[in-house]
Amino acid sequence: MGLLTHNMLSSNIRGVVNGFPLRIEAVKVVEKNVEMNTDFLKNMFEKIDWKAFVEASISMGYTELPKEADSSLLDSDDFLNRFHHALLELHLEEGALVCPETRRRFPVSKGIPHMLLHEDEV
Amino acid sequence: MGSRPEAVAPPEIFYDDDTARKYTSNSRNIQIQTSMTERALELLNLPKDGVPKLLLDIGCGSGLSGEVITESGHHWVGLDIAPSMLDIALDREVEGDLLLGDMGQGLGLRFGMFDGAIGISTIQWLCNADKSFHNPHLRLKAFFTSLYKCLTNGARAVFQVYPENDDQRELLSSPAMKAGFSGGIVVDYKDSPKKRKEYLFLVCGQEVPLPLPEGRTEDNDDSGSETNKTVHVLDRRRPWKIQKNNKSEKGREWIKRKKEQMRRRGDDVPPDTKYTGRKRKNHF
Repeated sequence: MGLLTHNMLSSNIRGVVNGFPLRIEAVKVVEKNVEMNTDFLKNMFEKIDWKAFVEASISMGYTELPKEADSSLLDSDDFLNRFHHALLELHLEEGALVCPETRRRFPVSKGIPHMLLHEDEV
Repeated sequence: MGSRPEAVAPPEIFYDDDTARKYTSNSRNIQIQTSMTERALELLNLPKDGVPKLLLDIGCGSGLSGEVITESGHHWVGLDIAPSMLDIALDREVEGDLLLGDMGQGLGLRFGMFDGAIGISTIQWLCNADKSFHNPHLRLKAFFTSLYKCLTNGARAVFQVYPENDDQRELLSSPAMKAGFSGGIVVDYKDSPKKRKEYLFLVCGQEVPLPLPEGRTEDNDDSGSETNKTVHVLDRRRPWKIQKNNKSEKGREWIKRKKEQMRRRGDDVPPDTKYTGRKRKNHF
């Protein structure tokens, strides 16, 4: 699971008001090579919740992202490279996602988060 | 069409390791899945500006549909409930991110993230109650409501479905309309029992419903002509309006029918007389 997906996922448990962002417990992180597309990055930049994105990248062991970002940074190639790397190339292979409210753990194995809820959580 | 997999077992059980492998190595199946995905993408009508979009693939399975999305240059996130299918998707090294989840529990996705959604032979599974605590109506409602939230304004969602009958068509589309989508069912090759395909076509957040795309037919594979309209248009339901109309029809016949029904149930009902259903005078 990449950080793009992480930035979209929220906890879906009944009664949870703000299930975003899920905290990452990283056990194994892998890097995959993805071709860079500047237009896509610019498009995604507006949708990404930056604070959650930076926190997630730090918990994956990547600390090169600026704490604050606005769209003026998108003209810098250096920033785009880092953004691209964190957004699409870092993948959580093994670990877990933790709901910020209920502390419920969603395990991640082989890169796939298991988001199935139990009967009493729906 | 043969037997329906959703009538056999729940998806996470039906698609075990063996079935998942067969499903993904059957060349005819691959061809059908691919062509249906291509058609679904065509119906999504994404802007052709060369910018990759982010799509949601509901019931991505082993990633056959995802590969078509990748080929057309878009990013995707796939959701499926069958672990065996996702394992095969991993083996095939698909490009999209995969999630193991149940669409009937609602999608835990943030607002306005996706530029479109597709689902190939997926949502008819929601019509079944596979577990004691499953309620198809609630599951469909949870699914469409959460889908509506995670799409951007004006985005489209296209689901290829095999409805068994009109009731199932209604069961699938009415929760979508209630969730706020507009749209309807597009039928391709409606005269050919074998090639016939139906797509539930939904548009997110449009005040004025778009005209539905036309279905394909044998003689016109790429664009339909006026004579080949093969779509059902579904309006958003307005229950209060329908109720208003019904009121005027509650005459003598209606009362008699109701009384007959109650009698059959064994209730104590006054006999029918010449006064039955007669209007009361203005004063007593």
